[in-house]
Amino acid sequence: MLADALLLNLGYNATLVAIGATLLGISAGGTGTFLFLRKRALVSDAISHATLPGVGLAFIVMVALGGDGRNLIGLLAGSAVSAWVGLLCLSWLTRRTRLAEDAAIGAVLSVFFGFGIVLLTVIQTMGSGRQAGLESFLLGATAGMLRADALVIALGGALALALIVLLRRPLTLVAFDPDYATARGLPVHRLDLALMGLVMAVTVVGLKIVGLILIVALLIIPPVAARFWTERAGTVALLAGLFGGLSGYVGAAVSAAAPGLPTGPIIVLVSFAIFALSLLFAPGRGVLAALLRHLRYRRRVHLRQGLLALAQDQPIYERLTLRLLARAGLARPDGVPTGAGRARAAKALRDEARWADLRADPEHEAAAALYDGLRDIETVLTRDQIAEIDRRLGGPQEVTP
Amino acid sequence: MLELAATQGQTVQADTELAASPLAIRGLTVSYGEKPAVFSVDMTVPAGAMTAIIGPNGAGKSTLLKAALGIVTPLSGRVRVFGKPLKEQLARVAYVPQRASIDWDFPTRVIDVVLMGLYRELGLLGRVRPRHRDRALGCLRRVGMEEFAGRQIGQLSGGQQQRVFLARALAQGADLYLLDEPFAGVDAATEKAIIAVLKELKQAGKTVVVVHHDLATVTDYFDHVFLINTRKVAEGPVTRTFTVENLQAAYGGRLTLAQLDQLPQSAV
Repeated sequence: MLADALLLNLGYNATLVAIGATLLGISAGGTGTFLFLRKRALVSDAISHATLPGVGLAFIVMVALGGDGRNLIGLLAGSAVSAWVGLLCLSWLTRRTRLAEDAAIGAVLSVFFGFGIVLLTVIQTMGSGRQAGLESFLLGATAGMLRADALVIALGGALALALIVLLRRPLTLVAFDPDYATARGLPVHRLDLALMGLVMAVTVVGLKIVGLILIVALLIIPPVAARFWTERAGTVALLAGLFGGLSGYVGAAVSAAAPGLPTGPIIVLVSFAIFALSLLFAPGRGVLAALLRHLRYRRRVHLRQGLLALAQDQPIYERLTLRLLARAGLARPDGVPTGAGRARAAKALRDEARWADLRADPEHEAAAALYDGLRDIETVLTRDQIAEIDRRLGGPQEVTP
Repeated sequence: MLELAATQGQTVQADTELAASPLAIRGLTVSYGEKPAVFSVDMTVPAGAMTAIIGPNGAGKSTLLKAALGIVTPLSGRVRVFGKPLKEQLARVAYVPQRASIDWDFPTRVIDVVLMGLYRELGLLGRVRPRHRDRALGCLRRVGMEEFAGRQIGQLSGGQQQRVFLARALAQGADLYLLDEPFAGVDAATEKAIIAVLKELKQAGKTVVVVHHDLATVTDYFDHVFLINTRKVAEGPVTRTFTVENLQAAYGGRLTLAQLDQLPQSAV
């Protein structure tokens, strides 16, 4: 069943939803990346909640004009207008008052959402409103999706994505270093507004599939997951688009295979699964990789400390140190060094003396900055330089009769 | 009649000065809230020289620089870059911001930061070609950071980060360089590398303006000083202007005896 769904074999509606959700995921991931890099991820929450009054008002206006209140384009246009008003309120509050952005987000989000709920309740009491099904904009509803709806979503998503590709360079520059961007003559405020406009477009387009409450997840989770895999902003955006598209596709397929499951929430859960995998298994920034790095580092510290203790005939109390030395064949379990251990210990002690000499010499400042107690001195100095230090230190390596 | 001629002569002189200077500021006031950070400041940066902006903490040094670059909007005043409004001269001005203003966990590598300096040439959709990459690497070489090109910027030391930002400014190929506290909290090797590059720029006829805090190195590094404490205190060649009287006028009681002791004899 799931295989059928993944291969788009579950009929017309399921195919439409899968294609729409994939496109939505790709554009949400790409757009969300720049929001995330600009550290304004939560603004999308205010934007999405601010769409609700627009949906209600558009319905009322369309019915009053004698039209069909459920026309998707009309409803989306209404939601876009009210989201834009919400965005302007937010931007005014943060720029012109002493309110911090988080407080302004909370204020805008709750007021607009509250107003929207009031409007929906009023519509319920209207004669033509009972069947409107406007609540579906809260969490998305894909069951009755039409070809025209899918087209609107596909076009809107593709347009947002094209603009993101076009603006990626200035948006990255503004996110990284707004002062420098201003000094280079970039219109920082207008670029911020453009980004918000794109987020709004993705939100509006996503209302039908994921709904306004969960669209935030599709904007934020894919870039956060992508960040684990790369150190480049462009790659974060590409991966976020990929993760978002994958979430949309798999989520739509799963909910088509099990019709009892809602599409929007399933898409969000799939994207969370990708996030969880990234968090755990990404090389470099992932949790497991960090843990392995820490364990390896701890082992090196213990070995080094153990060798230095052996070289100076000091007792070793740490059981982990003893175990590591024994496993490396450098000492017996009771702490008596082996031949190899004795040699390595002597070298470790000598290296410490060499480092001390190096760090006292202002000529070698750059090399000295690399000292961390573990690094082999051979990695920072040439053999000649080490020989030079050894000459200064004197010592047992040159036995003169 | 004579009076009129005299005032006209003064205006003409001021205008040629404005036209000749890489950075000329007149009557600049910048205010955060209702407390001016910079008040009615005139500044004329000489071409092809290294100028230090000096003053106590909170004296408006960085603000002056940011206002000159259009990063903060002044309440009043005029800025001319090579005789024209800044907007027409953006390509000729390079800026090195303070390190503290950057998010070091941002997903970007050293080479990507330097490529940002080529933003105007790359445009919106232009691909990064080998010649762009070579130029960026060349700029990194000049600051001794070429081998770090592939690192994420957060993995560098503070001094190395500062050098990368200087490389980004170099990539731009500007004529006027404005640096905000480039020597703050950097190691001695970085300070040496940066000052060597700045002197190279001066040799090539470029103009360099640096917000500077270390009074002990002023005479070694700079030709000109601009002393500020919200208002302009003094401006001119180091030999004439970097005097104890001027410093005391700028720093007031905040200039400690220890700081005075560090000053080279020429200033005392």
